[in-house]
Amino acid sequence: MPSLKELRNRIASVKATQKITKAMQMVAAAKLRRAQTAAEAARPYAERMEKVLGNIAMSITPSPESPKLLTGSGKSDVHLLLVCTAERGLCGAFNSSIVRLVKERANSLAAEGKTVKILCVGRKGQDQLRRQYERQIIETVELRNVRTLSYADADKIGDKIVALFEKGEFDVCTLFYSKFRSVILQIPTAQQIIPPVFPDNKEIGNGAVYEYEPEEEEILAELLPRNIATQIFRALLENAASEQGARMSAMDNATRNAGDMIRKQTITYNRTRQAMITKELIEIISGAEAL
Amino acid sequence: MATFPFELASPARLVFSGEVEQVDVPGAEGDFGVHAGHAPLISALRPGILTIREGGGAKRLYVRDGFAEVNASGLTVLAEFATPVEELDSGEIQKEIEAAEVRLTEAKEGHAKDKAAERVDQLKQVRTQLGATQAAH
Repeated sequence: MPSLKELRNRIASVKATQKITKAMQMVAAAKLRRAQTAAEAARPYAERMEKVLGNIAMSITPSPESPKLLTGSGKSDVHLLLVCTAERGLCGAFNSSIVRLVKERANSLAAEGKTVKILCVGRKGQDQLRRQYERQIIETVELRNVRTLSYADADKIGDKIVALFEKGEFDVCTLFYSKFRSVILQIPTAQQIIPPVFPDNKEIGNGAVYEYEPEEEEILAELLPRNIATQIFRALLENAASEQGARMSAMDNATRNAGDMIRKQTITYNRTRQAMITKELIEIISGAEAL
Repeated sequence: MATFPFELASPARLVFSGEVEQVDVPGAEGDFGVHAGHAPLISALRPGILTIREGGGAKRLYVRDGFAEVNASGLTVLAEFATPVEELDSGEIQKEIEAAEVRLTEAKEGHAKDKAAERVDQLKQVRTQLGATQAAH
């Protein structure tokens, strides 16, 4: 049986941990509010962008001359998985659930005989993927020093991807991130961005023939890279909100667990203390009786 | 006067959404006005002032880098940067002009150079327009 001092120390250490988890939970809650507003504010732009692009895609007939970013390279041999994760841990299953989705996809693609390349945004994803896919990771973008995510950050990543695509490094690009639903629900999502996949929306567009100003090619040449940057930007913002949400609930759990542990240990401590007092009393009484 | 749905979105937020009578858009190849029932059109934007007219009032916003799409369901403008003229910091345009001038000096001959020069002109024009309204107040 542990001594009283040992028990006291153990309780003190759990209490200290609880203070930390509690503080982390409160910080995450404060950050969550901001991240959530940012993510929700960015949704309309990304959605409208998809819609506009979907309308254009419907109105043009694919030809060998149409931009590759829209129609794809015609093959699907090499897949690039763009994995967006957090820079920090201690946020529950947030990173692992994204990574799990990536691994499933990578394995099923490999089984079909396709080549898989991985580009990580965020250190945590790279840490988890490195063990299994060391050679397939072509690059890692770190956003450690980025305080508030701006469109320019996403634009940089977008440029990188477009440059790789134009060099013929891959045929299909899929974006992995976690969609923010609520504090307790984040959905790991895979979204194909090159070539873009459009949801079937039949009520709009209705095959209208657009007039283009300037030329169609010129507009598409600008719109397509911008769409990629926009989708990445949205993914990063959704991720930021999801991360804080996941951290908040993880830390809430941790705080509650620590509380349980303290309660249990305090009971043990009290029992031990009483047992010792009883034992001492018995010793004194039996000593007195012996006289 | 007939109205039509109009939406102006930037990556940071949905700037405007509602029924309007007329919108003047700074298109890449010249300004154009959109009324209800405009023919389907997709146009790139140049940096400039977008004017929204509704119920006799007019709202002016500075927009940069983006697209306007007109179809049967209304007008959608996607701008990388959009802010009401009143909230615009006058130094902002100046900074953009300087950045564009740097790009102009760095740009190689040909198409890129023309583009950069065009952009400097467009931004300067915006500055003049803004200067005129600020003086009028």
